[in-house]
Amino acid sequence: MNDNLLTVEHVSISFTQYLQGLEQHILKVISDLTLSVKQGEIVAILGSSGSGKSLLAHAILGILPENAICEGIISFKGDPLTQEKKEEIRGKHISLIPQSVNFLDPLMKVSQQAIGDAKDKEKTLKHQRKIFEKYGLGKEVDDLYPFELSGGMARKVLLSTALLSNPELIVADEPTPGLDEKSVNETIKDIKKLSEDNKGVLLITHEIDVALKTADKIAIFYSGYVIEINKTENFKDSSKLLHPYSKSLIEALPQNGFKLTEGVQPHEDVEGCIYYENCPIRTDFCEKNKPELVPYGNAMIRCHNFKKEENDES
Amino acid sequence: MKFLGYKLVRLLILLTVIAAISFIMIDLSPIDPVRAYLGEMSNAPEQIEKLSAYWGVGVPIQDKIVGWLEDIVQLKLGTSLIYRIPVTQVIMEKFTASLVLMAVSWVISGIVGFSLGIISGAKRGTWIDKIIKTYCYILQSSPAFWIALIVLIIFSVWLNWFPIGLAVPVGVMAENVTFWEWLHRLILPAFTLSIVGISSIALYTRDRLVNIENSDFFLFAKSRGEKHWSIIIKHGIRNVILPAITLQFLSFSELFGGAVLVEQVFSYPGIGQATIEAGLRSDVPLLLGIVLVSTIFVFVGNTIADILYKYVDPRMRGDGDE
Repeated sequence: MNDNLLTVEHVSISFTQYLQGLEQHILKVISDLTLSVKQGEIVAILGSSGSGKSLLAHAILGILPENAICEGIISFKGDPLTQEKKEEIRGKHISLIPQSVNFLDPLMKVSQQAIGDAKDKEKTLKHQRKIFEKYGLGKEVDDLYPFELSGGMARKVLLSTALLSNPELIVADEPTPGLDEKSVNETIKDIKKLSEDNKGVLLITHEIDVALKTADKIAIFYSGYVIEINKTENFKDSSKLLHPYSKSLIEALPQNGFKLTEGVQPHEDVEGCIYYENCPIRTDFCEKNKPELVPYGNAMIRCHNFKKEENDES
Repeated sequence: MKFLGYKLVRLLILLTVIAAISFIMIDLSPIDPVRAYLGEMSNAPEQIEKLSAYWGVGVPIQDKIVGWLEDIVQLKLGTSLIYRIPVTQVIMEKFTASLVLMAVSWVISGIVGFSLGIISGAKRGTWIDKIIKTYCYILQSSPAFWIALIVLIIFSVWLNWFPIGLAVPVGVMAENVTFWEWLHRLILPAFTLSIVGISSIALYTRDRLVNIENSDFFLFAKSRGEKHWSIIIKHGIRNVILPAITLQFLSFSELFGGAVLVEQVFSYPGIGQATIEAGLRSDVPLLLGIVLVSTIFVFVGNTIADILYKYVDPRMRGDGDE
């Protein structure tokens, strides 16, 4: 486990909401999340949009909103990260590739933003030019304002900006939505290139296709829980997957027969297994008892009954 | 240029409407120009009749309005009944005196208000933020003349640092006043008008900055390891300053309104005091003249704000007119 660049152990993120008067309500967005990213590895977190996956990225970088409560341990190269530590290494060792052009200051030229508050401006600008050039951004881009960038260009600007400090770990938060197919493929290529440079990548996405094409490992995120982490090649064949939700997810893909499953993800945490409502292999035990995320071979699985189903089929 | 031309047309329409409406209002009011002109003098009935004819008593209102508008076009605003000199001259004199007062407090309230807003927003939730906020709320909810009175009591009556009022010392001809004497008397009114103006700009700046601190680009800058104050200065101020300046230009009307009250309290002989005089002593020509001039004044402020919005923001620059 020591070659892990990033380790996330039992991380839960919740918000305190005030309902009426002083009545409080804890809204749990991420529950008991565990995963790890090695050097040169791309791990995708795949979950529906709006499910709070981005908060994990924010938690790793220490930029959660003030009213968020983050429990659990996030470690970088074996060192547990405190808020101070996060502030120290973010931007240097860990970089964020954000979702959209909104993450750029609308009133500042992109090259100026990319270099941030660098001490040696000249030198950093030269370096910035080099990196921008590498991703096919011509000199004229330097003086553009964010609103003047096209979708694909903005994507490249965000990517090169994140890579300016030559980080070891890159957290890419939804890097592909709203892009045309060509730009998506280029982004996938760029991210894969990063892992070839021996960087670790945590890819947060809701696009199955992108996760399948890019990642080495995929973690399936369901209603705040990671229910399965498995190698990407296993996702090509639903029978190699462990969790019933992962299976139905893959079977619902057009190339796998469009098999639709009924039911929606619950918004609230439940007493037992989060998938109980919709699960085809549930037992009474699942209703009251939460399954833990346990290792199974090279994969991780959160289900009481996955082996039973496997036995049924065989 | 098309934009400015369009604005000019708007101004002309606005002025015509304002001139007509204020004229009608004066006409409907119980002010009798003949009485105002005569003051306490006793007069023979035939004299009053002559004056009535001169002032156009009994002429139908639409004819009076047309006549009034015709006069304005020729810049003939008539003669002030109080000062017995042309209204244009009175306004020029008084407005110059007020302009210094308003400009000084406009600049000070802008700079101080903006700085307080930035500090308060950047240190949001801390005691310094709370102090600034409380200060702003108190000022925001107190009337300008009341603050002027408090300032006067503290600095002139108790501390005796400044004169109670007037722009020149009693017994000195206006031409003989030294710069320092004049400045000495400007400080209190300008100070009062400044602190009144601070709160709105400070609260606005704070609010904008807090919004920016919650924005995605602030988060991204943070994620790249930039320090809090560096982001505030580089991204915060950059994004707040333009709307703040715009707001400051939009506040010309409040500035004018504040000046009217503050000048009255400090007996500062500016346009504000002239307005009150004109109103209380039924000086109709002067009052109408001031209405028009203040309309132009506020309009100019709003137009500058518009221009700033349209042409300084890189997102709005684009292709010129639209």
